[in-house]
Amino acid sequence: MSAFYLMIPVSLVLAVLFLLGFLRSVDRGQYDDTTSPAIRMLDDGTTDSSTPSTP
Amino acid sequence: MKQELEHFSYDNRIVSYFLKATILWSLIALLVGLTIALQLVWPALNANTSWLTFGRLRALHTNGAIFAFAGNAIFMGVYYSMQRLLKTRMASDLLSKIHFWGWQLIIVLAVITLPLGITSTKEYAELEWPIDILITLVWVVFGVNMIWTILKRRERHLYVAIWFYIATFVTVAVLHIFNNLELPVSWTKSYSVYAGVQDALVQWWYGHNAVAFFLTTPFLGLMYYFLPKAAERPVYSYRLSIVHFWALIFIYIWAGPHHLLYSALPDWAQNLGTVFSIMLIAPSWGGMINGLLTLRGAWDRVRDSAVLKFFVVGVSAYGMATFEGPMLSTKWLNSIAHFTDWIPAHVHVGTLGWNGFMAFGVVYWLLPKLWKNGRYSEKLANWHFWLGTTGLLFWVIPMYVAGFTQSLMWKDLANGMLVNPNFLDTVTKIIPMYLTRALGGTLYITGIVVMIVNVWKTVVKGDLIADEEASAPALEAHKKHSGEHWHRWIERKPVQMVIWSTVVILIGGVIEIVPTLMVDSNVPTISTVKPYTPLELEGRDLYMREACNACHTQMIRPFDNEVLRYDPTHKQYSMPGEYVYEHPHLWGSKRTGPDLWRVGAKGYSNSWHYNHMWQPTSMSPGSIMPRYVWMFTTHDAEGNLLNDGSLDTSLTQTKMETLAKLGVPYTPEEIADAHRARRAQAQAIAADLNSDPRITVNANEEIVALIAYLQRLGTDVHKASEEELNALK
Repeated sequence: MSAFYLMIPVSLVLAVLFLLGFLRSVDRGQYDDTTSPAIRMLDDGTTDSSTPSTP
Repeated sequence: MKQELEHFSYDNRIVSYFLKATILWSLIALLVGLTIALQLVWPALNANTSWLTFGRLRALHTNGAIFAFAGNAIFMGVYYSMQRLLKTRMASDLLSKIHFWGWQLIIVLAVITLPLGITSTKEYAELEWPIDILITLVWVVFGVNMIWTILKRRERHLYVAIWFYIATFVTVAVLHIFNNLELPVSWTKSYSVYAGVQDALVQWWYGHNAVAFFLTTPFLGLMYYFLPKAAERPVYSYRLSIVHFWALIFIYIWAGPHHLLYSALPDWAQNLGTVFSIMLIAPSWGGMINGLLTLRGAWDRVRDSAVLKFFVVGVSAYGMATFEGPMLSTKWLNSIAHFTDWIPAHVHVGTLGWNGFMAFGVVYWLLPKLWKNGRYSEKLANWHFWLGTTGLLFWVIPMYVAGFTQSLMWKDLANGMLVNPNFLDTVTKIIPMYLTRALGGTLYITGIVVMIVNVWKTVVKGDLIADEEASAPALEAHKKHSGEHWHRWIERKPVQMVIWSTVVILIGGVIEIVPTLMVDSNVPTISTVKPYTPLELEGRDLYMREACNACHTQMIRPFDNEVLRYDPTHKQYSMPGEYVYEHPHLWGSKRTGPDLWRVGAKGYSNSWHYNHMWQPTSMSPGSIMPRYVWMFTTHDAEGNLLNDGSLDTSLTQTKMETLAKLGVPYTPEEIADAHRARRAQAQAIAADLNSDPRITVNANEEIVALIAYLQRLGTDVHKASEEELNALK
């Protein structure tokens, strides 16, 4: 089953990459605020597109 | 200090491209699916034409549904949501365009090559090696564009949808590369570097994670963006969405072996797959509940909004499929469901329900946003929803019934004998269910046609807002401060980090592959298992060209009923050592017809196979197998050539040399002698066939090579002594 020698390291490398990504994002404060991002995403930063803007 | 607002615009044109591609390919992919569904009821619908036949079109249908329909839908949603979540335009309009046209080119190449029988035969990775390389390049373009955009963002926080997109990009890249490692024979032919059990393991590691990271994570990203947008309220729990994301991606990559339960894969690997599959219920259902509860207090809006209806049914289908999946990963349920129509039913709850309905919901939500003054019709959208939902039910319910029915008939034993020894009896029983399924598909496709009318009215009568104006404050530059972590320097350089980690993955991978190729495999080998002869090798390539593995398995599981049915003389289930020269493995995943791994040892004559391939119903009345007339050389009444079925032998020696490089023990003498050996074997079979007064065959016809291959299957292991086989168990 030498394919395991390929797949398990590759899967582990992926898992370690995910772990680094996770630690990094925690470290950088990505999850310090778990309330406002869900609300802020509702705003696209565009002028209200349902009403044509007047110049 | 209040920061100055920066003004910029979102690129809606690229989103509109992907939207149009999504609906176009959804129609084409599903029409191909309907065609092959009808062929299971009326096999003559292939019009005796090679490129219209089930095996070849099945790969086109799956690739079309996954990579063309779902793929374009993913990019449509990603390009729209990412710009807005990051408050910036895509980093490069040029890369966006290269991504779009490159992806469409890949699909067109698939539409051309798969019906021509140019295939690597690995499920959901059938495209041959030059197209695999093109996929890699286009995927990298997508990734570079995405990461570059993340770098120039105006929003410090990466919303959870972005995380799902990043995981999709990284994992699909790795899986695609490792599963498609193959040695080319020519521009249109290659052999997998892995053989037998190992090839199956890598294939299903890929196959399972293609479902995970192409059909699940990107669509969850879309759910986390478009569902709150459509409901106009924040997601139920942002905290849960983060837990959902990290738990899901950590567990998913280990669940692949559940596709190989009861196969020749080692037991510990099978059990590992089962354990991780069952663990997957938790994050999957966490995500589903998070999506549905976003609508708390807004359920009345679902009544009026087709978009929300699509999302609710889509997310519910995700919940059903992700409960069913872990259940099917238990050995108990798997022994019933595997190889039956239960699996297509499970898959279509996922693709038609989850992927399809999420994609349609996003399309309908985007239409009035991208095009102003169009004639978007909510009524037509509702029609589509109800047609689609009814179609989905008519599709999956008959297939659940068919799966159960057939499995119980296969397993039915009385006094140690098969109650239904004729496989065909278990097929004719479920043909009414196949017909009902085709009705369901027709309804679902009618819904898509209604959607196309709606898109047409919106697009033709409306004005595309190609560049949507937006404004946001600039992101404060990250300042270096003293006493920071040693790894901060690399974290500030995400591009370098991604590039270097990919390089590390690839170097690690190559180092690991070399031993796979060079070192003796520790799969127990059976002394009597030998490589195929040149003629049988060509016959096997014909078997791959016609994708016989779409309907016939080559894996006898260790159940009484299977060894009784598929190896009546020796009652021997499949062993890993039998597959050591199988580049790639052809185990298959579905038994629309019987298993063929020991068909050569079952006593069918050459003329039986000859007649059966010419007209299956002549040997098996009621069979739904198509005719393979193009493998025969035929003439009309005046003696004019109708079809030239001559075997192409120009690559025989190159094929053997390629396989020899992969460890198949062909000697230089055997390769040099290949053509003489091939002709001698073909002439012996042709002479045997011609001894039947009703048959006239030339030794150079393709059918002779195919018969040689079929007659070889299962004969090697029967030559092994009982002591040798018992020692391996």
